[in-house]
Amino acid sequence: MSGTEKKPGKRWAIWLPLVLFGVFFVLVMNGLVRPANRDIESAMVGKMLPEFTLPAGVDERPGLATDDFRQGEVRLLNVFASWCVPCAAEAPQLDELARAGVPIDGVAIRDRTQDIARFLARYGNPFATIGKDDISEVQLGIGSSGVPETFVIDGTGTIRYQHIGPIMERDVQIILSEVKKAQTPL
Amino acid sequence: MIAEAGLALLWFAAALALLQLFASVMTLVGGQSEAEMGGVVRPAAIMQGPLVALSFLMLMWLFIRTDLSVLLVASNSHSAKPFIFKLAGTWGNHEGSMLLWVTVMAMSGSLVALVERRLPERTMIATLAAQAFVSLGFYAFLLFSSNPFERLATPVPEGNGLNPLLQDIGLAFHPPTLYIGYVGLSVAFSFAVGALLTREVGPAFARAMRPWVLGSWIFLTIGITAGSYWAYYELGWGGWWFWDPVENASLMPWLAATALLHSASVLASRDALRTWTIMLGVVAFSMSMVGTFLVRSGILTSVHAFAVDPERGSFILALLAIYIGGALALFGARASTVNEGKQFSLVSREAGLVFNNVALSAILGIVLLGTLYPLLTEAFDTKVSVGPPYFNPVGAIFALPMIVVMAIGPLLRWRRDSFDRIAKVLILPAVLTAGVIVGAVVLAPGIGLLPLLGLALSIGLGIASLLPLLGRNLLRTPLATWGMVLGHFGLAVALFGMASESAFSTERLVAAEIGDTVEVGPWSIELVGIDPVAGPNWTALEANINARYEGGDPISLHPQSRNFTQPPMTTSESALSTRWNGQLYAVVGEEGLDGRWQLRLWWKPFVPLIWIGGLIVALGGALALLGRLLGDMRKAHQVRRIAQRREDNPLHGAAPEPAE
Repeated sequence: MSGTEKKPGKRWAIWLPLVLFGVFFVLVMNGLVRPANRDIESAMVGKMLPEFTLPAGVDERPGLATDDFRQGEVRLLNVFASWCVPCAAEAPQLDELARAGVPIDGVAIRDRTQDIARFLARYGNPFATIGKDDISEVQLGIGSSGVPETFVIDGTGTIRYQHIGPIMERDVQIILSEVKKAQTPL
Repeated sequence: MIAEAGLALLWFAAALALLQLFASVMTLVGGQSEAEMGGVVRPAAIMQGPLVALSFLMLMWLFIRTDLSVLLVASNSHSAKPFIFKLAGTWGNHEGSMLLWVTVMAMSGSLVALVERRLPERTMIATLAAQAFVSLGFYAFLLFSSNPFERLATPVPEGNGLNPLLQDIGLAFHPPTLYIGYVGLSVAFSFAVGALLTREVGPAFARAMRPWVLGSWIFLTIGITAGSYWAYYELGWGGWWFWDPVENASLMPWLAATALLHSASVLASRDALRTWTIMLGVVAFSMSMVGTFLVRSGILTSVHAFAVDPERGSFILALLAIYIGGALALFGARASTVNEGKQFSLVSREAGLVFNNVALSAILGIVLLGTLYPLLTEAFDTKVSVGPPYFNPVGAIFALPMIVVMAIGPLLRWRRDSFDRIAKVLILPAVLTAGVIVGAVVLAPGIGLLPLLGLALSIGLGIASLLPLLGRNLLRTPLATWGMVLGHFGLAVALFGMASESAFSTERLVAAEIGDTVEVGPWSIELVGIDPVAGPNWTALEANINARYEGGDPISLHPQSRNFTQPPMTTSESALSTRWNGQLYAVVGEEGLDGRWQLRLWWKPFVPLIWIGGLIVALGGALALLGRLLGDMRKAHQVRRIAQRREDNPLHGAAPEPAE
């Protein structure tokens, strides 16, 4: 071995990969051993909304928080995203529901302000408030696993009905009747 | 009988692996001579390949015959399936794909035992010991928790069929390609462990390992490229990369193998970066195993979740702990006694390659962190998912500087160089890069920062990657150099495609009536009609679309919304029209109540370059591999000739070793 060889490196650095693997191992063990609840719950109907506060998704509408749903009024919570194609397809039906007098709150999933604004400009804006959910926190918390989904929330903040997928023309009446039902408390 | 024979072959191979491990451990530590016990090691390794391959062929035969007394066939196949998908059904499920994994592993073990004769025999035995140890774990996994040959007590009248998304010719050959890449890296892993055990880390070790890394890397490159194209046209979402756990699982070993490939080159040519190369050798295959674990265990949910079972997660996790934990512990204990090797100056080819290694490792870390992040936060009771907003910009922090160094590095000399020497040739790519930035900002002001930098750097790299050929006689340029040039050029091509797709794509979503015409980019699209069609095991509604590029002749496109009956499921079959300057992508959706049809249309300029670039990269790898193998053969031939001459003429004395 000639004189131009480097000395062995720092000892602690040599163990770093093993330490990192240890962290990985603990993490995965934790994921495997805990009673696996990775299924996103779809049976949230009848339960209260979780506590959340979301920042505003666009400048012209306020953000939203759980308290907004406890004012004694039945509201629709619509989970959408500007990148979601079926969300564009349900836009006319949302407009129709808004015209019928149901207040609609939007939760935009993993989206950007300018994209949301462009989406609303293109397909209309039926929303009273729009919250921005960058980490799908609210989406998962209310038992939604995809976009779009629409929830009927009664005046106490309880989830009364969940509609999965885009609202088609035939769904409008169903949702309106669910809204009416939600006006009588459980 | 066939199923039982296949299972017996597997048990036999597993027993041979045990023998291989026992004999090599006895030789290494038990004081047995290499001639006695050591003589058993190679034959035991060589035998396993054909045995497991035969077992795999038997499973294939069961699938071809649709033998419904076998559980795996009954739950994954169907007698009415086209032949090619019966064949592909063999590995389109958990058990079959694990058998494929073990087959590739055993074949690799056979091959390395058969051909690798350059390393000291002790190091080879240590390497084969490691290979046997790893194989045993996977044999155990297959035999104890994933037996592909399990029989049903009573045969069923008909099978369940294969997931329709997987009934696609491209996907039929995607898993085997990826698996060859994943598992080929196990040989690099074994070499690294073997070298750690005997402390023989040097150029000879790197030269022995390099073809394996190159070979695996080529298959990984093709596998990832094909997988991306499959997701692009089959899932019907118009995207080509989703940062999905399954995709990341294939990207991570590729990143590690790319780093390993480059550091092994430094070790082979310059005897530097010894510990780093060893470490990457361990990490590359570890990433293959981690990726497989993440996919198989169902611990991360994924759009690709075709074969998920949490039960098996614990088994693979135990294997991971033994192999990765063990190898890294050995690395910790031994690496400090391995010299780093020769030094080099800050401006040199080695330094460029070190930068490349650090950047690739950082990207690997970023992808790994992003993939595991949902798991990390779940440990603290929040559920999140991580997507492109994280991966793209954070990855780019390291990817973009790496591309700059990629353009410069190959022009530098080993050990010591100066920028002044190469500055002149770099003027052209530098000016072009700057020119593209200025041009794009002026002509297309709306495009984002990342696509802009991607476009500019892809042009710069595209030119710079060809510069190492400057002033060379192209016919006499070594194949390995051609390989490097093509590999880097291919990456530039792919990068151009990615940047262009993200900068210039246009998308339309419309509800069209029959007879309507829609514009998307330079295309005008007319919906002519919707017709029902039937295939062997599906029926579909097929849109008939006339697409005109800038008012030219109409091209007929037929996207389908396909309904499979076995099992019931609807898929969108996109229709593509490819031109030299991009691709039109059409998907037909559901019918609205008003008789209008949902059409999704994209015009994606230069998007095919992503996959063409990927294939060029793979071709570069293949040339480099060919060059290395021919070089090795030539060298072996020379050595033999010199030995022959020495034998003929004992007075001739010692001949000098031929240079590489």
